[in-house]
This record gives sequence, C-alpha cells and structure tokens, in this order.
Amino acid sequence: MIHHVTVLVFLKEGVLDTQGKAVLSVLLHAGHSDVRDVRIGKYIQLQIESPTREEALKQANAMCEDLLVNSIIEEYTVKLRGEEDA
Amino acid sequence: MQASIIVFPGSNCDRDVGHGLRSALGTEADFVWHTQTELPPGTDLVVLPGGFSYGDYLRCGAMAARSPIMGAVSRHAASGGLVLGICNGFQVLTESRLLPGALLANRTLRFICRPCTIRVERTDTPFTRTFREKQILHFPIAHYEGLYFLPGNELLALEKRRQVVFRYASTDGVADDSSNPNGALNNIAGIVNERGNVLGLMPHPERARDMLLGDASGAHADGTDFWKGIRDWADGRLGQ
Repeated sequence: MIHHVTVLVFLKEGVLDTQGKAVLSVLLHAGHSDVRDVRIGKYIQLQIESPTREEALKQANAMCEDLLVNSIIEEYTVKLRGEEDA
Repeated sequence: MQASIIVFPGSNCDRDVGHGLRSALGTEADFVWHTQTELPPGTDLVVLPGGFSYGDYLRCGAMAARSPIMGAVSRHAASGGLVLGICNGFQVLTESRLLPGALLANRTLRFICRPCTIRVERTDTPFTRTFREKQILHFPIAHYEGLYFLPGNELLALEKRRQVVFRYASTDGVADDSSNPNGALNNIAGIVNERGNVLGLMPHPERARDMLLGDASGAHADGTDFWKGIRDWADGRLGQ
C-alpha cells in the first residue's frame, strides 16, 4: 500500500530565519500591519510503499533523520496525508 | 604531496583548485568523481571544492555529504589525513558532521562575490603554519549560504577549543560587525575539527593565486603561501 506522508521542515527557534524576516518586513510595508511573524519552511511529500501506517511513519522519520532535516538548525513534523491502494 | 580533488555533480571550483595547486606547487592533483568509493592510493590532502553540488537542492552540501566517496573521505580524516573544504566543500563537511555547525543564508539574502580579508587565528594547524598569528589574508568570497551558525553553548565550546582558524576582519585586523560580510556568528570564516586535520572555510584560497586577479592586494602571495604550507606539512609528515 502506498502511504502519502507530508513533512514540514522549519528552522528552529533561535536560528535566524532571514527569509522569514525579509518577507515579514515586506508584508508590513505593504500595509498588512497585523502580521507579527513569518517563518519560511519546506514542505516535502513522500510516497512510501509500506504494509502499515506505523511502518510508513517510521520510515519517514528515518528519512528525516538521515537526510531531509539537519537537526542542528531545523525541526520537523511528519503527517500521513491519506492512503490509497498501490 | 598528493592531492585528490573530489568532483560532485555541480562542483565548479574543482579545476580552480587544480590550477592553484599546479601554479603554486607544480603538482598535478587527482580528480576523483563522487561515485568512487576509494581515494587514489597515497592521497595526502583531500579537497572538497566550491560550487553547487547537486544544485544546492534541499540544503547546500546535504546530498554531496551522502555521496559514495564521502565514506573514504571520512576514513581518510579519521586516520589523520588532511581534508580541506572550500565554500560548498565547507558546507559538505558540516553536513557530513566532519565539522560542527551549519551554514545559513547570508543575512543580506544576497549572493556575495567580492574580495575579502580574513584574520589568521591559529598558526599551529597543518593549513596555517606559513602564516603569522593575526596575519590578514586576502581571499575572495563567493557564496549565498555563508553565515556560520552553531547553537550558543556549542559555539562557546568551539571557541574554547580554539577551533576557529579564520575570522572575517578589516585590513587592520578588527573583527567586528562592519567587517563581517555575511553575518557569520563571531565573524567565523573557517574552522578545524578538534584534531586539526579537517579545515572548512568559506573564502577561496584557490582564487588568490593569479597575478591578474588581485596581486595588488597581496592575494597572490597569500594563496601561494596557503598551498605551500599544506604541502610542507604533508611532506614533512611523510618524511617522519
């Protein structure tokens, strides 16, 4: 079965998010005065062939630890988007 | 000294490094494609060159750090061999955890390509023996992700262990915010591992080699001294 897993990656709190700061500044200049903070991250979709949801999530987490995320500067969340037959 | 230059898809300073070694030392380097799993026998120095390995996809250096050749590079480092990562090569070294920290986007969010001055913080590494303490070197920079980052406590520990080898500084030796081109923490331009045999730096010593490209600033001599110092250390070690 194919599991669709989504991964969201963000810079950790305390790591300068220059893109986020730049976008915040432009939004404020453009008159969106209520915006307080902007963080820019990455959205990764994975399709994982696996017998169970649990196993798919486990594999996704392993991929994050191995390559997708740099734990020195980034944090992440993984979520199953849904399931469909292979 | 036998140098091996690793070539990843997207490396673009590999031949510059080859030219630097040839013009400074008269030696020919081996070019090693990233799919290889062994370094050429007799390799003293491994150079991870600048460029845009794997198009900088995901994070700079992330994919290159997982290339087949990196196993051999790690073993070379573990056995005390010299490893030098320049620019993207520095990013590959942090991504492969051969060096601590990470390189983030410049605080200006601009690609910076210009002459630059750095201050030598240590002269007791295999890479800096030819320099004087606090000597100012002219090595140009060319990068988008050059802001060296390490969480606070670890940064303190890095400084305490004297792993910072180069700092961005003015021509009169002041390392402050105005002499910091990219926002790197503590003006860090280059660091070594604890053992001192793995160096990563953002500036390009291989571009400080041609009379045509900055001899007036003294860059020509700095680049020459850099490569000669490494050669002398490697050859001295061979003779022991």
